[in-house]
Amino acid sequence: MTPFLEVDRLAKRFAAVVAVNEVTLTLAQGQILALLGPSGSGKTTTLRLLAGFETPDQGRILVEGNDVTATRPAERRFGMVFQHYALFPHLDVGGNVAFGLESLGVRGADLDNRVSEALRLVDLQGLERRRVDQLSGGQQQRVALARALAPEPRVLLLDEPLSNLDPTLRERTRREIRALIRRVGITTVIVTHEQEEAFDLGDLVAVMRQGRVEQVGTPEQLYGAPANSFVAGFVGRASALEGTAVESDAHTTRVRVGEAMWSVPSPASGPLRGALTLMVRPEGLRLGPPSSPGVNATVLDRRFIGAEALYSVRLASGAELEVSGDPGAAKPGDSVSLQPTGRGILLYPRSGR
Amino acid sequence: MNRLRGGLVGRVLLVGLVWLIAYPLAVVLLESVRGPGGWTLEYFRQFLGRTGDWQALWGSLWISLASVLLSAAVGIPLALLFWRYEFPGRRVLGVLVALPAVLPPLVGVIAFLFLYGETGFVARLVQALFRLEQAPWRLEGAMAILLVHGYSMYVYFYLLVRAGLAGLDPAMLEAAASLGAGRARTLRHVILPLLRPSLAGASLLTFMTALASFSAPYIFGGGFRVMTTQIVTSRLNGDYGTAMVETVTLTAVALLGLWIIGRSGETTATAGGMKGTGGGIRLQTSGLTRVAVTTISWLLVLGLLLPHLTLVLLSFVPIGTWTVETFPPVYRMVNYLALVRDPERLRPLLNSLWMATAATVIAVGAAVLAGPLVTRRKSRGGAAIEGLLGLPWVVPGTVFAIALATAFSVHQPWLGRVILIGTPWLLPLAYLVRNLPITSRAILAGFRGLDPTLDEAAASLGAGRWRTLREVTLPLLRPALSAGAALAFVTALGDFVTSIVLYTYDTRPLSLEILSSLRQGDVGVAAAYGVLLMVLSALAFAAGRDRRTVET
Repeated sequence: MTPFLEVDRLAKRFAAVVAVNEVTLTLAQGQILALLGPSGSGKTTTLRLLAGFETPDQGRILVEGNDVTATRPAERRFGMVFQHYALFPHLDVGGNVAFGLESLGVRGADLDNRVSEALRLVDLQGLERRRVDQLSGGQQQRVALARALAPEPRVLLLDEPLSNLDPTLRERTRREIRALIRRVGITTVIVTHEQEEAFDLGDLVAVMRQGRVEQVGTPEQLYGAPANSFVAGFVGRASALEGTAVESDAHTTRVRVGEAMWSVPSPASGPLRGALTLMVRPEGLRLGPPSSPGVNATVLDRRFIGAEALYSVRLASGAELEVSGDPGAAKPGDSVSLQPTGRGILLYPRSGR
Repeated sequence: MNRLRGGLVGRVLLVGLVWLIAYPLAVVLLESVRGPGGWTLEYFRQFLGRTGDWQALWGSLWISLASVLLSAAVGIPLALLFWRYEFPGRRVLGVLVALPAVLPPLVGVIAFLFLYGETGFVARLVQALFRLEQAPWRLEGAMAILLVHGYSMYVYFYLLVRAGLAGLDPAMLEAAASLGAGRARTLRHVILPLLRPSLAGASLLTFMTALASFSAPYIFGGGFRVMTTQIVTSRLNGDYGTAMVETVTLTAVALLGLWIIGRSGETTATAGGMKGTGGGIRLQTSGLTRVAVTTISWLLVLGLLLPHLTLVLLSFVPIGTWTVETFPPVYRMVNYLALVRDPERLRPLLNSLWMATAATVIAVGAAVLAGPLVTRRKSRGGAAIEGLLGLPWVVPGTVFAIALATAFSVHQPWLGRVILIGTPWLLPLAYLVRNLPITSRAILAGFRGLDPTLDEAAASLGAGRWRTLREVTLPLLRPALSAGAALAFVTALGDFVTSIVLYTYDTRPLSLEILSSLRQGDVGVAAAYGVLLMVLSALAFAAGRDRRTVET
């Protein structure tokens, strides 16, 4: 893969806070990267560094091998869709979309054509003369997209593109955005704090925490083989549990959890020993009758999710887990025994992250 | 490179402001402790020993405090009335009642003179009714000053309290009602405490304006002394050292007032967002209440606007046609025609127009330059610029006039002092200085209201600094710009305080022409000038407010 956009050891510090710490990312042309992380993890700062609104303390940003780190935002030709859209309230829809084209010197009939072309792209054709405050939230967002795409930027940046939308609109808009980006084929970076959004939109997802990139990978890689317990917990549901490795080879690790002994697939990184953190996904354990071998637990709560139910259970140690199972498997107050299903339990050395 | 340019603009602005605002005040302070033989406290010693100066200081203080009370007594009930009751004409009257705010103080004063003065309508009416030999009263002294102040300054309480009431969360009143509080209790324990910032703001504004008031004491004062008139008298008498000390003292009192009243207005922000139904507030009146409220409102407004109507009436009275009659017998356009036809009469109008325009344009320009420096970068330079821009508001106009006259009366270019006194440049500069606080307050508020991501959006769309300013920032600032410009223009156009100290015959502005017409007994022409000022001010305000606000 030839890199189109490269971010090399980028760092930014605000007063005492390191907002972005040695962030390195690589994107091929047309790839979509989602920056995923809790608030304060540095994803928005990374985006603003890419856009040029902040100057990095260290590191480089390259587009097709050219260093643009010191290029002013106006000359960088990165399109940006802001969280609150930042549409110019004094210009109509057409004026907003034309703004970036005018910077490139596009005038006259050519300008009109390209504006209506951009609006057609987002399915808002004919709305050139509409005031922006007369549009719905979803329409405003599409105008913001059209405005960013009209000058044909090299990279598209989206800051929490769905956070301002009605929950009922989000899923549909997400599909539309994905289809649009694919159609245009533009290299894109999206900031989001919602895992579902990141997985749905991103070819690659970078999970960030405290200014660092914890892991970059496809959604499948992140879910199936999270690099550490933080990623495991942030990507999908998982409960943490403490255990001790008794025996471990390349395939299977025997873990002592409380009084029980579980056999769990070993991580790809190799055998483990000593104290472990087990990240347990709901599908990682199965509920059995209290007499069966396994870890004893008490059911606290049961929630129905479609065909399955999600049980909250408490172990003798006090730890609480979420376990999925048949809706009729148990009811609150029941004693149960937990056994591994053979998937969905991830092992990490306890001291590590 | 950008940063460098921003730094350069900031530095030039800072130097200019220091030179125009801080420096003249510093010169006054220095000169008050420097005599022919070097450093001295002689002037202060003289000041402390003179009863006249003590009287003036005391007079300034108590008149200002009494003005606050009187204005509050008129303005607060008026605001509550218009906020609480729905009645025919509420909207129109609500606007009309704020009219004195757009009028230059001198115009208000002469209007008052024509209505309630010794030879005014009311006096003549009373005289005719009771067949008196002489005018029933003389409008002079402290009471006259106080009346004029109350008349013109209630507007501050009215406007600020109405703004405060408009910002009240209706749910708060609903909560009070649901907890069983009656109307009186709600007013005392909910509404008034919540209005504290508005009340403190209005008190401060009134106190500072009354303290700096010059027109009323100058015209009506008679033997009653206040600091502003005392300063001008000392200076006209050539008593420069004394004038300096008096100036310093008045400034100190103003700063003290600002500090004390400013502190009383500090309050914690109310918790919770606005969420109530606005409809519940205004009481729909009916029957007797409706008649009573409507009548009271109309009478109040009529009473408050009567002086200005008088002015309009008198502007049509030719000189010498009105002697002993209760109402003038003859009405003609001659006074207005004279303003246009007689070059000597037209001159002051043109002077005021160009000087006010120049001062306005520069003030707006300075505020626009200051905007990004003050609101975006949290730098010390920005804070200094904002402080300097606001400073002339704290300092009474008379003080500034004296300060400018003193600083720019000698030729010492290496000290930044050049002779501007006697040139046409000093008066526009003085107007500029006086305009800066109001203009920059409006425009900086506009800058603060701008969404900074719009700038970033423009940048990401390839717009440079200049294009962003021209096509994004300025259009969005237009409401703030026009409001700031209108305020500045109106203030400069009607200025009397600084003009009387700094004018030359060639640059004499409207206000001084009004005064001299009055002195020559040409009431009609004085009134015509006054009406002209009123109309121009109203037009400027209309232009400033007409622009549709852009909703975001």
